[in-house]
Amino acid sequence: MTTTGSDAVTIAADVRAGRRRALDVLEEHLAAIDAREVDIHAFNLVLADEARAAAAAVDRQVAEGRDPGPLAGVPIALKDNLCTRGIPTTCSSRILEGWRPPYDGTVVARVAAAGAVSVGKTNLDEFAMGSSTENSAFGPTHNPHDLTRVPGGSSGGSAAAVAAGFAPISLGSDTGGSIRQPAALCGVVGIKPTYGLVSRYGLVAFASSLDQIGPFATTVADAALLLEVIAGHDPMDSTSIDRPAPSLVASIGEGVEGLRVGVLTELVDAEGVAPDVRRRVTAAAEALAAAGAKVDDASVPAAGLGLSAYYLIAPAEASSNLARYDGVRYGLRVDAANTADMNAASRTAGFGPEVKRRIMLGTYALSAGYYDAYYGKAQQVRTLIIRDFAAAYERFDLLLGPTAPTTAFRLGDKTADPLAMYLNDVCTIPSNLAGDPALSVPFGSGDDGLPVGVQLLGPALSESTLLRAAAVLEAAVEEER
Amino acid sequence: MTAIDDAAGAASDNAGTTTGTAAGDWELVVGLEVHCELATETKIFCGCRNGFGDEPNTNICPVCLGLPGSLPVLNRGAVELAMRLGTALGCTVVPSVFHRKNYFYPDMPKDFQVSQYDRPINVDGRLVLPDGWVVGIERAHLEEDTGKSTHVGVAGDSRAARIHEAAHSLIDYNRAGVPLVEIVSRPDIRTAEQARAYVNELRAILTATGASDAKMEEGSMRVDANVSVHRPGQPFGTRCEIKNLNSVRSLGRAIEYEMGRQIELLEAGTRIVQETRHWDEDAGRTRPGRNKEEAEDYRYFQEPDLVPIEPGADWLAAVAASLPSLPAERRQALAARTGVTPPDVALIVERDLDGFVLDALEAGGPADRLLVHATNNLVDGAGAMTPAGFAELARSEAGGALTATQAKAVLAELVTTGGDPGAIAAAKGFEAMGDDALAAAVDAAIAADPAAWEKFKAGDRKVTGFFVGHVMKATAGKADGKAVSALLAQRAGGG
Amino acid sequence: MTREDVIHVATLARLSLDDEELDRFTVQLAAVLEHADDVASLDTEGVPPTSHPFPLVNVLRDDEVRPSLDRDEVLAAAPAVEDRRFKVPPVLGEAP
Repeated sequence: MTTTGSDAVTIAADVRAGRRRALDVLEEHLAAIDAREVDIHAFNLVLADEARAAAAAVDRQVAEGRDPGPLAGVPIALKDNLCTRGIPTTCSSRILEGWRPPYDGTVVARVAAAGAVSVGKTNLDEFAMGSSTENSAFGPTHNPHDLTRVPGGSSGGSAAAVAAGFAPISLGSDTGGSIRQPAALCGVVGIKPTYGLVSRYGLVAFASSLDQIGPFATTVADAALLLEVIAGHDPMDSTSIDRPAPSLVASIGEGVEGLRVGVLTELVDAEGVAPDVRRRVTAAAEALAAAGAKVDDASVPAAGLGLSAYYLIAPAEASSNLARYDGVRYGLRVDAANTADMNAASRTAGFGPEVKRRIMLGTYALSAGYYDAYYGKAQQVRTLIIRDFAAAYERFDLLLGPTAPTTAFRLGDKTADPLAMYLNDVCTIPSNLAGDPALSVPFGSGDDGLPVGVQLLGPALSESTLLRAAAVLEAAVEEER
Repeated sequence: MTAIDDAAGAASDNAGTTTGTAAGDWELVVGLEVHCELATETKIFCGCRNGFGDEPNTNICPVCLGLPGSLPVLNRGAVELAMRLGTALGCTVVPSVFHRKNYFYPDMPKDFQVSQYDRPINVDGRLVLPDGWVVGIERAHLEEDTGKSTHVGVAGDSRAARIHEAAHSLIDYNRAGVPLVEIVSRPDIRTAEQARAYVNELRAILTATGASDAKMEEGSMRVDANVSVHRPGQPFGTRCEIKNLNSVRSLGRAIEYEMGRQIELLEAGTRIVQETRHWDEDAGRTRPGRNKEEAEDYRYFQEPDLVPIEPGADWLAAVAASLPSLPAERRQALAARTGVTPPDVALIVERDLDGFVLDALEAGGPADRLLVHATNNLVDGAGAMTPAGFAELARSEAGGALTATQAKAVLAELVTTGGDPGAIAAAKGFEAMGDDALAAAVDAAIAADPAAWEKFKAGDRKVTGFFVGHVMKATAGKADGKAVSALLAQRAGGG
Repeated sequence: MTREDVIHVATLARLSLDDEELDRFTVQLAAVLEHADDVASLDTEGVPPTSHPFPLVNVLRDDEVRPSLDRDEVLAAAPAVEDRRFKVPPVLGEAP
């Protein structure tokens, strides 16, 4: 779908070498936005002027003989839950409409320092709660492959922006599948890194122990490049892993010869996984085997409890994280006679129904008398899931399964039934609970001709292995065509 | 541990010590919860200044303002001060975690407080009062402070109003995120006096360890008291928590008031309702707190943005090794050196003057004069005075070269300007009276009032002051009061 | 989960729900909790809870002052301000 015909690796190499101007690259992408954004609605805000200034600065650096960095002149779209200094950051919520953070998130600063040019803030399900981007206060994003379909969510805007060629790369956040599922539905690459590999400082929290920022890209190499830029220790995030950032791009072509790959039965047979999706997983397993991997069936029994545990833990943390939107310091205030009523009036007017539902669910799961049965139990189940994954990784280097149960569904199909919507995350949630990395790579189409993504899962800090396998699948699907 | 077990524990610790029992057949039980701001440079989870009295809303950043996307990072200084305090209180410093205490309040930027809940950093310590009474310490844990609300009255009256009279409230978040340690005692306190002594001793430990400046008047130390009464031998009664105690004096008054209130109710056959009550300093009574609009349900859960603290043996040893000598040891040391009891030197140690007094003793100062001056006349410290100067002053006084009054005047100047006590005394015209001159002055006083002298001779020592005053006046204060008394006794005895 | 539970939880969470929302949430939340019954009814005796997926300890920062934010910038984002402070309507209850 890329209309500008250029990936991030190529753009950065060209701009650094002075073969292409960052400003020209940007204008091509702004033209693509002009042409299709009205139909797709990937962005809450397009930053054309700011982007032109940033691109001009990159060009000046090159002209002065300085290296702008590994993402020199690469347009990038930022999910609108990443704090950008002086630029509205809404989380697609009325409650934050107009709020301009007084600081940049760590990843925002890192991509800028690497020479990337931010073209806009992308749409999302409000506070990243959803699987279709229909829960945005500013209207849904449409799937570039079929405008009647959802792009997935919650990072639907970031996935759609890359799929539509608005930017070769983008950033999203993944709490239960919010990068991988829209990547699958939009036919792009999406990575949820190991918990702690990428700093969360400046990511508006949904569920703190599950949230991770990660890249979207059209190619595996671009995703690796962007992840390499944003990964690494940050003293502003206590949960950031204090180790040197891994080298990812260099080893991407090393293949899968001898790797042990397990086809994860709990995901393949999960509730609602469609036959056409299942067939693509089988095809991916065959492609990996053909490239020299040893493929066998794998089982992580507790993964079957993931969805239930997730829908207790994530809302519980969210109920606490979202308490601060109270109309006192920033954001929406609806006046009332006293502060408690003002808090309630502001929150009631500012939050959409899904956010309210999850706050309610989480508050209940933590409340006196229910903590042990719900939140406490879910945290124990999390331990079981981690143990079962650890056991599987004694036999396998990585695991394979579907990313989403189906291809992109129609707008409005699941909005009336929260549980049906939640089931979209059944294959992606276990990695968040375990804190392990996982990615989605496009692997052909379903019966409806829409993209299917397959998911690769690995133990903590195995991103390099996952990317090698993803590159093999990327090459295999090229060949299939 | 149940309340009754606690009582047994305290009783065994305090065996052989006299228990102060309440009037009548009631026994008072008090446990104290003390919040102290730690004396760090920065806040507990961010690099904003931990300062008192700064311009409103100047020490704020994304973290302590709870802005979306911000994350806390724990201040090593706060952890170490908490460990120092815990070690000084004889606590075990254990692996600990932070929880979120969820409730809405506008002075709390995240609408949850990060605090230690079921795994606090310090557990099971003890605080020994100067008189030897032992109060158990249940825990001393870390948490963050809230911002400060000013309640503004109606019709543009900007004076601070009571919360329920306010037209609106104004919030300053400078204090939000200041590190606190909450020290929770066991219910081992039996009198209001012990409660005061506990707070004074705790304050001495806090300042000695450098953990806090512990100023109740500035709010850097806040005390809540759990008070109940019961019949001796019976289980503890229902307790009420008293808040809004702004001084050690209020603490004592509030406990005494509350004890009386509860006894009165119980003797009238009324049950005590467990509740929070506020001390009204002006009215001299406690009042029930305002009812919460909603039931308390804090939905504690472990703070996912922070990781556990696991102090290893090396870290613990380094903290223990860095601890200064504590007030109890210092009182013991000074008392042993001067031949008095530890409570006698409590004030000197509290003012951090014991080292100075010991140095003055080394320099040859007489113990009794040094202790008297350090206790009574060095309320704001030794200032510019050197230990040698202090010793010389005390020697001059003991040797009769300066009277007590003169010594006090010289001392005040020594503290302000430093220098040599002899020179200051000379400059002030203080010279000891010769024995003959003193005798003449005494005889003149006797001659001036024969009737009084007859009384004195008859053994009425009440008129001593009359004669001493007379001599003082006649000699413009140069006479030594003790010498005058001695001479009077001599004259009376000699007939 | 009963309608009364939903009312109680909404109060704790400072949300005002109308009757229609109360009814809808009662049904929807009950459905999610019913699905979660596989977790709630599981025997997890002796299994420690996981709060952090990647275990770290003693992440500490040095006690050094860093620049604070500009007050005017922060107050400019506030819904109401008076006398350099954040202004709110009367606060009814005392802090716990």
